[in-house]
Amino acid sequence: MSIEATYVPSPLDDTLPSNPVLRALRVGWAWTRRYPVVPFAVLVLMLVCAIFAEQLSPHDPLRGNLRAAFTPPIFMDGGTWEHPLGTDHQGRDVLSRAIYGARISTIISTAVILAGGIGGTVIGLVAGYRGGWVDQAAMRAVDFTLAMPFLLVALVVVVVFGQSLELIIVLLVLFGWDNFARVVRAETLTLRESDYVSYARIQGASQARILFRHILPGVVGTVLVIGSLRVGSLILTESTLSFLGVGVPPDTPAWGIMASDGRQHLSRAWWISTMPGVAIFLVVMGFNFLGDWLRDWFDPRLRQLRVQ
Amino acid sequence: MWRIIVNRLAFGVAIVLLITIVVFGLSRAAGDPRNIYLDEYATPEAWDAWGERMGLDKPLYVQYGVWLWDTLRGDFGESLYYDVPSIRLVRERVPNTLQLGGVAFGVAILIGVPLGVISAVQRGSIIDYGVRGFALLGQSVPVFWIGIMMILIFSLTLGWLPSSRNEGWQHFIMPSIALGWLPAAGLMRITRGAMLNVLDSEYIKLARAKGVSSGKIIWSHGFRNAIIPPLTVAALIFAAFLTGTVVIETVFAWPGVGRLAVQSIKNNDFPVLSAIVILFSSFYILLNLIVDLLYAQLDPRIRLD
Repeated sequence: MSIEATYVPSPLDDTLPSNPVLRALRVGWAWTRRYPVVPFAVLVLMLVCAIFAEQLSPHDPLRGNLRAAFTPPIFMDGGTWEHPLGTDHQGRDVLSRAIYGARISTIISTAVILAGGIGGTVIGLVAGYRGGWVDQAAMRAVDFTLAMPFLLVALVVVVVFGQSLELIIVLLVLFGWDNFARVVRAETLTLRESDYVSYARIQGASQARILFRHILPGVVGTVLVIGSLRVGSLILTESTLSFLGVGVPPDTPAWGIMASDGRQHLSRAWWISTMPGVAIFLVVMGFNFLGDWLRDWFDPRLRQLRVQ
Repeated sequence: MWRIIVNRLAFGVAIVLLITIVVFGLSRAAGDPRNIYLDEYATPEAWDAWGERMGLDKPLYVQYGVWLWDTLRGDFGESLYYDVPSIRLVRERVPNTLQLGGVAFGVAILIGVPLGVISAVQRGSIIDYGVRGFALLGQSVPVFWIGIMMILIFSLTLGWLPSSRNEGWQHFIMPSIALGWLPAAGLMRITRGAMLNVLDSEYIKLARAKGVSSGKIIWSHGFRNAIIPPLTVAALIFAAFLTGTVVIETVFAWPGVGRLAVQSIKNNDFPVLSAIVILFSSFYILLNLIVDLLYAQLDPRIRLD
């Protein structure tokens, strides 16, 4: 067969530019979206860092050596292999802290996505299937969650209870379930009317069985797509909270805290703030590619077949 | 239309009340609220007087009523750190925040919307790629990092622009671009998408066939029909501004409300923080309310539903 699945970003975008540079850019971009090898490698690297932080990091992320403070990265004059990404104002190894930072971001985003995703999906399923007051109540709750200014609420909660990893996770879950609930509800409304669900009902299947065996598989794809697209924004939010001093406790090696620490020493040691930002950028890009890729994967309509 | 106005207004009031309940609940969650409303220098008389006035011996809903009445009159308690009424601290900093927010809002619209249109019209060109790269970058890095990198490049390395405080128009350049970038990116993407949809429609083809000039097609046939989708993301844009203001004011040492909020956390200054949270939230909800109504006004399908 000479038919090959080629990714086309949108039906409108199917003409290739004649300029060779643009053409290479477009083809490269389309190829990366279809086979996101580099973004996935970044995500795998992040996961490996998170799991094996102790084994991978060359130094203790918390203990510094003041005599080695402000060592520049390896590619600059005075850099050493001892500290490939340099050290901060307390002489702590930036690479080791960045590796441990991957762990903090992974813990937070995994916990929030799992709790928010599962909670939101169940609420969306029940609301969409049952309709009536259950649906009304769920959708009102979604509206309220959307309208609440997250950061301000987070600030006032943290000033009362103090910073902790658990508190940040709870806050992010409370503000992170609504998207799942809204989309799953909309899909459930459609699936509920489909013939196979009616047959299951006629056959005498229980409500739980219909929801979890018949409707859930139909929405799982969407949930995974939303989940992976959410991770990027979650990592951005978490790093912002940490930067402001309302995220994880101040001694934790988190990317936002590293960037904040380096701010006072910007003129002397630019790398302290810069490196964690690069890490955040790479990971967020990675998750966005993953989300797009999953969306194409689960939605065959977007995987247009083109005769080559 | 009236039904929509009443509906949204009621919703807005409900949200503000919910926020006051959250703040009140938090002030009581830490045990005796006097621990966070009074500092360690408070005399026993002041301690008792505060308890008396706030009705601490009465049931919670009475306490909430007393507290809410104070709040509605703008009495959020004295700042623990500055020993002046919290509302005064906030009021002094509001102009700075509104100025920066206003300029950044202008930046976001003036950059985001035209670039979105150009990017759609010149689809596939180098400009389109540049614009989309710019948008992608703005959405993939944290706002504080954009600010830090700008200071590093334009203040510390090149020495072109001041990196902190508000002392003249040069001081607005970096903070307003850093703050406006993320909203601009969102606007750009949504405008581009809306424009592409419109430009592909039958009536644009008809206009082209009739020989209408392309400037007229783009701006008067295309753009006018493409403004509604950007309005739907206004809520997200306001949210980006709300977070961005706090972050950017901290990065650029901007003497505004957002920086005061972050300082209040470091100072454990609950009265000031509660004032900021309630006032800022109300403002944010009001903005969203206005956009909702504007949207209903512009799109008859919503109004007549």
